Amino acid sequence: MSDIPNRRPETGAFFGRDRSWHPPALTPGYKTSILRSPQRALLSLDGTISETTGPVFGHSIIGEMDNDLIHNFAKAGESAIGERIIVHGRVLDERGRPQAGVLVEFWQANAGGRYRHKKESYLAAIDPNFGGCGRAITDGEGCYAFRTVRPGAYPWPNGVNDWRPAHIHFSIFGHGFAQRLITQMYFEGDPMIWKCPIVGSIADKAAVEQLIAPPDWGNTIPMDARAYKFDIVLRGRRSTMFENKLEGN
Amino acid sequence: MVQELRYLKETPSQTAGPYVHIGMTPNFCDIGGVYEADLGNAMVNDRTLGQRITVTGRIFDGAGALVRDAVIEIWQADSAGYYNSPSEMRGAADPNFTGWGRCPTRAEDGVYSFETVKPGNVPFKDGRPMAPHISFWIVARGINIGLQTRMYFPEETEANNADPLLARIEHRERVATLIAAKEGPVYSFDIYLQGPKETVFLDI
Repeated sequence: MSDIPNRRPETGAFFGRDRSWHPPALTPGYKTSILRSPQRALLSLDGTISETTGPVFGHSIIGEMDNDLIHNFAKAGESAIGERIIVHGRVLDERGRPQAGVLVEFWQANAGGRYRHKKESYLAAIDPNFGGCGRAITDGEGCYAFRTVRPGAYPWPNGVNDWRPAHIHFSIFGHGFAQRLITQMYFEGDPMIWKCPIVGSIADKAAVEQLIAPPDWGNTIPMDARAYKFDIVLRGRRSTMFENKLEGN
Repeated sequence: MVQELRYLKETPSQTAGPYVHIGMTPNFCDIGGVYEADLGNAMVNDRTLGQRITVTGRIFDGAGALVRDAVIEIWQADSAGYYNSPSEMRGAADPNFTGWGRCPTRAEDGVYSFETVKPGNVPFKDGRPMAPHISFWIVARGINIGLQTRMYFPEETEANNADPLLARIEHRERVATLIAAKEGPVYSFDIYLQGPKETVFLDI
């Protein structure tokens, strides 16, 4: 499945997750978490080969338009309505090593905050030229990029008057199944970030700030699209020089 | 002054939300024409080696209600016990088996289902064999960080009794939450997020 060139695969176990940095399972301000959070402690185990390995996808799965949400659902000659932006960044691990050849998937509402999903009933209109999904595979330096429109804020039935800040959902693969991560990217300066119970599920302000993308004026294309930079950090893994030798194989 | 340990912090997790299908299984939620097929919906083909099985089940919340908006990913070894991953250094996996699948729970009845093969043994870190198992990762609205667990096979009594992970479960009656029910080639594995039947989840 892999087409990462000239790279010795890493096989070490992953650093333990800092679960005080991540949101805990139970965050009552986000109501749905109340009945969907385990009450028993997680069973901890240093990673085995079942977690240090993981699927890797070849570039053959990526279509030409997969990282252009302005056009990948639009009728020929048309495009999605909204503020044109480029979102780009690097996928690194906790040791700062670029994660090359990893799949990044993203999805979002349209410029008015409306998702293209049958369960969604928000009054804001569907954009006939916007689907809302995209994907990319990082290059040798761990870089990814996509074009889209900036999503709108959107109301949700949690508190009486709760609105999600503008956000883009990200799903990231690393090279091991234990690195699997889903998160959300927010936009610098959005006042709703600090009112949102989903953002508020994260206790540490510095951890929240890790999810906020700054505008990247250097990569803004004049008369075309502004840019935002969003780097993603996956779990790092130990070197294998003193790992137990596998026997019996 | 001592040297600095320069580690970055892992990007914090956030819920996948109710519309996770838009990004992960767009064809499933009627966004056609962007991707040819949803990723992870075919793990096997005509030439895949091993014993064909179906793995199916549902997810329940703490009130016993079906979780109808989850997405499950599974990761497993091939029938000979090799992972289809660049990090697999022990040997070559079956090229006709991806080892990885992705499936949403259906809105109507909350059911997920994978067509796959029964995995072979893979070794624990000290070389002891682990019992055949499938790794699960579950995301959904209301789940702030993906839940990891494993499914084991009920006919593997001896291997399960010797499995290093199952042996770590202090409250022995909870071992049963990780063992599927078998009916012919179909394994049923229901997941309970919370409550008396709560599935054992892993920090791994």
